[in-house]
Amino acid sequence: MEKAIDEKILHFGLGSEPQYLDPHLANSVSAHNVIIALIEGLVSEDPETLKPIPGVAEKWEVSEDGLVYTFHLRKNAKWSNGDPVTAQDFVFSYKRILNPELASQYASMLHGLKNARKYHEEGIPWDEAKVGAIAIDKHTLQLTLENPTPYFLELLNHYSWFPAHPPTIKKFDAFGKQGTAWTRPGNYIGNGPFVLSDHKVNSVIEVKKNPLYWDSNTVSLEGIRFYPIESADTEERAFRSGFLHLTQTVSPDRIDFLKTNHPNLIHFESYLGTYFYRFNVEEPPFDDVRVRLAFNLATDRQAIVEKVTKGGQLPALCFTPPGTGGFSPTSRFRFDPQKAQSLIQEYLEEKGLKSLPKIELKYNTSEGHKKVAEALQGMWKSHLGAEIQLLNMEWKVFLSTIAKRDFSLARAGWIGDYVDANTFLHMWRTGDGHNNTGWSNSRYDELLELAAQESDTKKRFSYFEECEKLIAENAPILPIYFYVHVTLRSPTVKGWYPTLLDHHPYKYVRLEKSEENN
Amino acid sequence: MSIENTKVQNLISSSTKSSSLWRDAWIRLRANRLAALSLFFFVLVSILTIIGPEIISTSYDEQDLNNTFAAPGSTHLFGTDNLGRDLFARVLHGGRISLAVGFLATAVSLIIGVAYGMTSGYLGGKMDALMMRIVDILYSLPFTIFVILLMVLFGRNFVLLFIAIGAVEWLTMARITRGQTLSLKQAEFIESARALGYSHKRILFRHILPNLIGPVIVYATLTVPAVMLLEAVLSFLGLGVQAPMSSWGSLIKEGSEKMDIAPWLIFFPGLFFSLTLLALNFLGDGLRDALDPKSAKD
Amino acid sequence: MVKFILVRILQAIPTLFLIATLTFFMTRMAPGGPFDSEKNIPDEIKEKLEAHFGLDKPLHEQFILYINNLLQGDLGPSFKYMGWDVSELIAKAFPVSAQLGILSLCIALLMGLPAGIIAALRKNSSYDYFLMISAMLGICLPTFVLGPLLILIFSSWLGWLPPLGWYSFSDMILPSLTLGLFYAAYIARLTRAGMLETLNQDYIRTARAKGASPIRVVLCHALKGGLLPVVTFLGPAFAGLISGSFIIESIFFIPGLGRFFVTAAFNRDYTMVLGTVLFYACLIIILNLVVDIIQASLDPKSRGR
Repeated sequence: MEKAIDEKILHFGLGSEPQYLDPHLANSVSAHNVIIALIEGLVSEDPETLKPIPGVAEKWEVSEDGLVYTFHLRKNAKWSNGDPVTAQDFVFSYKRILNPELASQYASMLHGLKNARKYHEEGIPWDEAKVGAIAIDKHTLQLTLENPTPYFLELLNHYSWFPAHPPTIKKFDAFGKQGTAWTRPGNYIGNGPFVLSDHKVNSVIEVKKNPLYWDSNTVSLEGIRFYPIESADTEERAFRSGFLHLTQTVSPDRIDFLKTNHPNLIHFESYLGTYFYRFNVEEPPFDDVRVRLAFNLATDRQAIVEKVTKGGQLPALCFTPPGTGGFSPTSRFRFDPQKAQSLIQEYLEEKGLKSLPKIELKYNTSEGHKKVAEALQGMWKSHLGAEIQLLNMEWKVFLSTIAKRDFSLARAGWIGDYVDANTFLHMWRTGDGHNNTGWSNSRYDELLELAAQESDTKKRFSYFEECEKLIAENAPILPIYFYVHVTLRSPTVKGWYPTLLDHHPYKYVRLEKSEENN
Repeated sequence: MSIENTKVQNLISSSTKSSSLWRDAWIRLRANRLAALSLFFFVLVSILTIIGPEIISTSYDEQDLNNTFAAPGSTHLFGTDNLGRDLFARVLHGGRISLAVGFLATAVSLIIGVAYGMTSGYLGGKMDALMMRIVDILYSLPFTIFVILLMVLFGRNFVLLFIAIGAVEWLTMARITRGQTLSLKQAEFIESARALGYSHKRILFRHILPNLIGPVIVYATLTVPAVMLLEAVLSFLGLGVQAPMSSWGSLIKEGSEKMDIAPWLIFFPGLFFSLTLLALNFLGDGLRDALDPKSAKD
Repeated sequence: MVKFILVRILQAIPTLFLIATLTFFMTRMAPGGPFDSEKNIPDEIKEKLEAHFGLDKPLHEQFILYINNLLQGDLGPSFKYMGWDVSELIAKAFPVSAQLGILSLCIALLMGLPAGIIAALRKNSSYDYFLMISAMLGICLPTFVLGPLLILIFSSWLGWLPPLGWYSFSDMILPSLTLGLFYAAYIARLTRAGMLETLNQDYIRTARAKGASPIRVVLCHALKGGLLPVVTFLGPAFAGLISGSFIIESIFFIPGLGRFFVTAAFNRDYTMVLGTVLFYACLIIILNLVVDIIQASLDPKSRGR
């Protein structure tokens, strides 16, 4: 560890091996963690607040109606081979990710650009579609949006908006093709604070400081080594023996022990995400809103966070995490076992049943999910007399089960893509790809539409508030808690701040010898 | 697998067929202190796991979130786990599952293997050559990998588990049975049975099958622990039984992650698992020695 | 001998084909696909993605295409590790597993053989009991208990050895030991059994009667016959060892073949699963052949078969 500090190499637990290192194809948190070292977007993030600060663009203007953004690119922004980063490179990159042939999973992130859908989904050629991305000159980029989007600049920090080096993409024929070798060390050309220097699959990804980066003076680290360690226990062992500076997670059962014995190493950071269960509202018994409400009322969320998850999570009494982009919904879900019992009684009498049918609760295999499921199983048994059968499934099987809606009750989680309530609430629209509950409410759809076209914050929030109310009344879901990111971090890591999206711009991170010992 | 194979091969060469063999074997087995002790232990564990969960007052899935990770003591003999569940109850319950998996999967392999091997050996000739060729080919399949693949791809399912494990283990059983049948076929009493015009069915079931029991039992005793280990491996990969049920494998897996904070969680299931495996292996060895007078006389 | 080897190699071809077919259809029948993820992909995009990798074609066409490529030595691209070919990944992961396997085997032989010989020579003594009970424990203690236990002792408490990784020699000690101990136990038991059998043979008795020194008897005569079961066991064991124990590899974070295989299965990385399974199968076939050859040279009796 001493050696790593002298060498200024950060050893980073990555959690899992990213499927892609290509910003236009990436689809995971682990990919994000590597890509932000290698590529910089138009704007960058303040390390503490994540507010947009100048990145490749040194300044920008927004039109009065909030629809046109003009970015002025800095002249000294360079690719790691020395080429200047130009407005044309950005337009090229947008064209690439929206290229239907590329089949990028996150291309829809750019649908806010005017006419982007026409090119991406309707097959109209780029020039004919008049997509709202124009390079006015080499260093001026103008983006036109479909709707005023108050969180547009934050959106730009998602890797789908990142640039890729056009000559490299062309050289590897990667404009409309996946799985090319351009993302390997030696081929990878980026414009970020680091360059890719080594990649041993399933073992290590190594990046080194990029001397050509425009702000390389700010960068303190000489390099970062990312280790895709999947098991939380292995990660912890690695951390405790000084092999890692940071871990991706902590196994829930060890939180208590670490809290007592290593309070200076374990960190709890709120994370923009909700842990919840989905009901299948089209199948009995959850087709009846009373049963859904009863399960919600019989859920002691406080006990779950205090005695089961123990990571300082907040009980989820609404769906959108409070404070998301300034929006804090009213708490509507509560714990009231008496009310729950009477609702169930009413339901059973009406249906002429003695007890609830046996209910299957499906979740993907993981110690943490299992613990929560087992705890809830116990609660519902004692408060509702419900017999719950737990069924854990391997991840891919679980995903296809959810997509086919082959469940009555299933675990779920949602992590916001950007800091705005929209990233949470849009999923309960009728027929949304992530809805998967069968729940549909025309007023809800209408409210979201109104919010999208509204530029007044107060009015937007009132629409969101009504959405939350509809969720609480109809209970297509059972919110449990708001995520907390629990990690182990060495006190030698400085310039690392808790942020809602768990983003940590590496150029501000330093390693310093610390008085505290592990 | 080949280790059991060679062990039993010794047996094959020296099989006898009188009923006094069993009495002699029993006497020899009792004289082998280790094997006798193992037998006793095994019977005890079986009774505990079969009857135990029914008579003890705590249930294996009863949680007490206020009493998690309690050390072994008078209220909880073996302590409690991460959800405050009684480990003693869980170990007993887990043993039931582990033993059930071990025995049922072994039974599956036994049925397939004996039927296949007996047919092959009895038919002989070209048919025998073909059937054994198939076994050879199957031997070169990476079977553990297939079991994992099956469990990953099609989800946990008890029946699938038995079939998958049974399918792996029957090959050796088939080889042993076939070898034994081949040598029995030449035996005088079979030839005389044939001369008397008995049907194939009668010869197979009345004359050959009873003489296969010795080696088959020995091999089965050794298969059970192998299966239990395989179940534990699957548990390690998160492919074991469904929560809140447990098996020794899944308990050990959970315990191994917490061995520095709650060592009893690994100690008790590990102890039961290892001792049972130990007992089964010693019992298998003892049975082999007992049924194989040649090796026993040293 | 040459003919024997040739026949075996020819026989391997249908076996491999069978394995490829079985694995291919098994992976494809399983629920979920390589491009499923939590954030749902719109159907059009998913179709494009699948078309991109030829997954939209009818299954039998995909199969024919795969076999065709296979015949040209092309195992295809990995779906999980984008930009890498399956053969490249295997070429990188296999040496790691092989290193781990060979080291473990050395440990196993160094510990198992002497233990087995001593136990056999001192049959029914307290040495014998002690060694055989320890061996039995070694067999019965799952590696995923032994591994973390060794880490706890040698890494967390004593701080002597690194707890994970595969970067320098000191990283290799704990995993090899964990894997080696299990096989050492097996080898000890086999050696003992084999030795006991040969020590009873007439030619050994003759040698003893002739007054050859006990050490000479053991080393020159008994060992040769006594090791036969060990050799038989080593074939499949060696294949198991070098194809990598996924448990050891995941506990110690070693980028070996076993870990690649298991993650590939979980990720529905079809080509990677197929590639590793076929590679394993080839390995087992080759090693079994080698064992048969060694066995034939050790045991003149089996040559006729």
